[in-house]
Amino acid sequence: MTEVNQAVAAEHGLSADEYAEILRILGRVPNLVELGIFSVMWSEHCSYKSSKAHLKRLPTEAPWVVCGPGENAGVVDIGDGQVVVFKMESHNHPSFIEPYQGAATGVGGIMRDVFTMGARPVAMLNALRFGEPSHPKTRHLIAGVVAGIGGYGNCMGIPTVGGEINFHKSFNGNILVNAMCVGVAEADKVFYAAAAGIGNPVVYVGAKTGRDGIHGATMASAEFSEETEAKRPTVQVGDPFKEKLLLEACLELMASDAIVAIQDMGAAGLTSSSFEMASRGGTGIELDLSRVPMRETGMTPYEIMLSESQERMLMVLRQGAEDEAAAVFRKWDLDVATIGRVTDTGRMVLSFAGEVVADVPIAPVAGASPVYERPIEPSPPPVPVVSARVPSPLAPLDALQKLLATPDLVSKRWVWEQYDSTVGADTLAGPGGDAAVVRVHGTQKALALSVDCTPRYVEADPKMGGCQAVAETWRNLIAVGATPLAITDCMNFGNPERPRIMGQFAAAIDGMAEACRALDFPVVSGNVSLYNETDGRAIQPTPGIGGVGLLADLTRRATIAYDQDGLTLLLVGECFGWLGCSLYLREIVQSEDGAPPPVELEAEKRNGLFVRELIEQGLLRTCHDLADGGLLVALAEMALASNIGMRLEAPPSGVNPTGWWFGEDQGRYVLAVDRDQRKAVLDAAKAAGVLVRAIGQTGGDDLGIAGQSAVSLATLRALSEGWLPAYMEAGQ
Amino acid sequence: MRVAVVTFPGSNCDRDLAVAFARATGRIPKRVWHADSELPSVDVVGLPGGFSYGDYLRCGAIAARSPIMRAVADFAARGGRVLGICNGFQILTEAGLLPGALIGNRDRRFVSRWVELDVTHPDSDFTRAGKAGQRLRVPIAHHDGNYTADAETLARLEGDGRVAFRYVDNPNGSAHDIAGILSAGGNVLGLMPHPERAIDKALGGTDGSVVFRSLVEALA
Repeated sequence: MTEVNQAVAAEHGLSADEYAEILRILGRVPNLVELGIFSVMWSEHCSYKSSKAHLKRLPTEAPWVVCGPGENAGVVDIGDGQVVVFKMESHNHPSFIEPYQGAATGVGGIMRDVFTMGARPVAMLNALRFGEPSHPKTRHLIAGVVAGIGGYGNCMGIPTVGGEINFHKSFNGNILVNAMCVGVAEADKVFYAAAAGIGNPVVYVGAKTGRDGIHGATMASAEFSEETEAKRPTVQVGDPFKEKLLLEACLELMASDAIVAIQDMGAAGLTSSSFEMASRGGTGIELDLSRVPMRETGMTPYEIMLSESQERMLMVLRQGAEDEAAAVFRKWDLDVATIGRVTDTGRMVLSFAGEVVADVPIAPVAGASPVYERPIEPSPPPVPVVSARVPSPLAPLDALQKLLATPDLVSKRWVWEQYDSTVGADTLAGPGGDAAVVRVHGTQKALALSVDCTPRYVEADPKMGGCQAVAETWRNLIAVGATPLAITDCMNFGNPERPRIMGQFAAAIDGMAEACRALDFPVVSGNVSLYNETDGRAIQPTPGIGGVGLLADLTRRATIAYDQDGLTLLLVGECFGWLGCSLYLREIVQSEDGAPPPVELEAEKRNGLFVRELIEQGLLRTCHDLADGGLLVALAEMALASNIGMRLEAPPSGVNPTGWWFGEDQGRYVLAVDRDQRKAVLDAAKAAGVLVRAIGQTGGDDLGIAGQSAVSLATLRALSEGWLPAYMEAGQ
Repeated sequence: MRVAVVTFPGSNCDRDLAVAFARATGRIPKRVWHADSELPSVDVVGLPGGFSYGDYLRCGAIAARSPIMRAVADFAARGGRVLGICNGFQILTEAGLLPGALIGNRDRRFVSRWVELDVTHPDSDFTRAGKAGQRLRVPIAHHDGNYTADAETLARLEGDGRVAFRYVDNPNGSAHDIAGILSAGGNVLGLMPHPERAIDKALGGTDGSVVFRSLVEALA
């Protein structure tokens, strides 16, 4: 076996200080197996060593939160003895190296996090960020990532119901692939990952262990360079069929009382699953690695412990339940093996072929991994943009046409038609609306789901950007009529060893925390992905937010489409015409300057609760929140979804017209209401102190502005629908 | 009407199909495991969508050789009604209960969307509850839904009126826009679209229920 020293430790990504700490903990030099264990457990990916100190500032509690961060996924009460279990996770580095398998195993991994808790997954969402379309790799990455997400999710039979896709040059060398899984469980059948019961058997189930993915967690904890692509072999290969069997087998066994604790083998495989279970339970574990089902011959203990082979679970069973478990897993053609037992030693003792190959204390490896308070440097204040001075080279309808055809705003139909969004026969609103809506099977309740972040806002002002990401998620759930419950976060940033990046992270957390508190919208699970940099160039900071809301009555909900002529269009919220950081500025004026639109959390909440109340009372069926591109883009999206046009009034006097049509002021919605509803809505607005004004009427087959020409829906549709298929086909 | 729904490893629309049958018949269908060699006493067998055995090798090829499929073939030979949806259709062609094959979609991508179907055989046991000339709006979701058969087989299907459904706007390259076909005896239907996902207004439509109501009528 290789002799371990500081140089070998450095090759494992451990710093000199960390290696010294390992020597202190063990009181001796570790062997290679032990060093491998420390290296993955203390990797950024597994230990959150740079982010932990900041993450604790996020609010995580509310009366409806059953289980917050720290478990495999967050758990929130949805009434009637049911809970929703959800989490979002990144698989950025593997997806850049091997897009199909990277994205596919990202989907598989987050699904396991949810069903390991006893929940049946009911919906998937994803948030993708690619480099500029002109970059030579972008097309290939889109094709691979989308096929990989579809290939895995479709086979599993879990509908992929929503997501978002952005393009920016900062992602040229580091794409982001964030996948969110949402499941539903009975509240009294939630499973946790704390090992318990001295002497209880530790059981391995699922796919056999191979050499794939060794050091994946370490790879995800370093910057990219030219050589990274040589790491292709460290990307795991997914088998969704095996995972489907694992899902059904686990849920079948969970119906009995056989399982004491269960944890999926994700990053750092058997190492992290065994250490985390023992750490949470305050126990020890001993494992005989020769009993691990293996796919390849001659695997060493080091390889067995670090393999990231997919579709595997580790369980602690009740004593005597092994036969019952084995019968279930054999029915589903899965390998199952008792590989060890729970002990009271507080140590992980690994043997192989009759010899002890590792013996380390659990707590210092898992719970007490290093925590770094890395130096922080705030982002410089953004260059101010005064709306009145922003040039308006195009008439509003011409600017609209240009915006609808920009990659960030075009229809993503080419992507989501590759995802099965209707399997399960509970999808009430799939991709293309404000939030996806999925019925809770067999009930009149539904879950509203949305993933959001505006990276350009976060880059310009990390705190406001973090706040905005949470507020926009909340707004999207409100816009379909849901009560927002909680969020999962997926924090994608650059190299935390650079103070500017760490400053972005810390400020984004502060902004998120402020919005979460103001909107009663706690964080219940999350994931951090750092080192998204290539050759020193970092991505736009992207704290992706995945939100879950509840509709108590699925008949009381809203969509962005209206169904008749003659409805009044109402704008909810204040319009200041904020153009800093807007898509208008970027796409029409070619400037990325300015501060992001400020989020006024009080107004956000007041306007949102007002809208939600209208939907809940059955007074409102058509609603769209305003986001990227501003008012005119939102109106065009509604018209296209409805296939009915609209006539809009000219901007009110005193407001800059470009800012009126394209400003990205927050906390706003557009509603479409009939004559009866109109009065009720305006009365309610007055009572609630919410600004609502009529801005036009529905009807016709074009979109027109008073005093200007109109543009046909057919033209707008061609612009919106045409770009992505043409772009993808151009590469074939 | 008594129904059995088969679950193969990798089936993922078995629950949805059982729910659709339960709604149409008022009775919970029996669930049958792929390794079973006998069917319970039923009038209809449903083969659900999904990725049986991962669809490794060819879609439906391994499932077509599972123990339960011998029983399904016997059942069909005795005139029992068999409904195969999506992967179930692929299994029926692989098992030789329906002619032709489902190959990869024309553009080589998975396609998931709502489509319109023409009911081209409105008198079958699977379509009689519909109106003549009725168009059905139902979802599709498949990677290998491109129906193909030799010219002679296609001519026979057309001549015998065995094309049950045709796509209005062909999404996958299927020959003759075929979305679903009947066996020579008219008691076996295979189709790629998912009628079980269109049985509820809240889900976007109820057109799919025509298939299930038709069976109830036929067996009344």
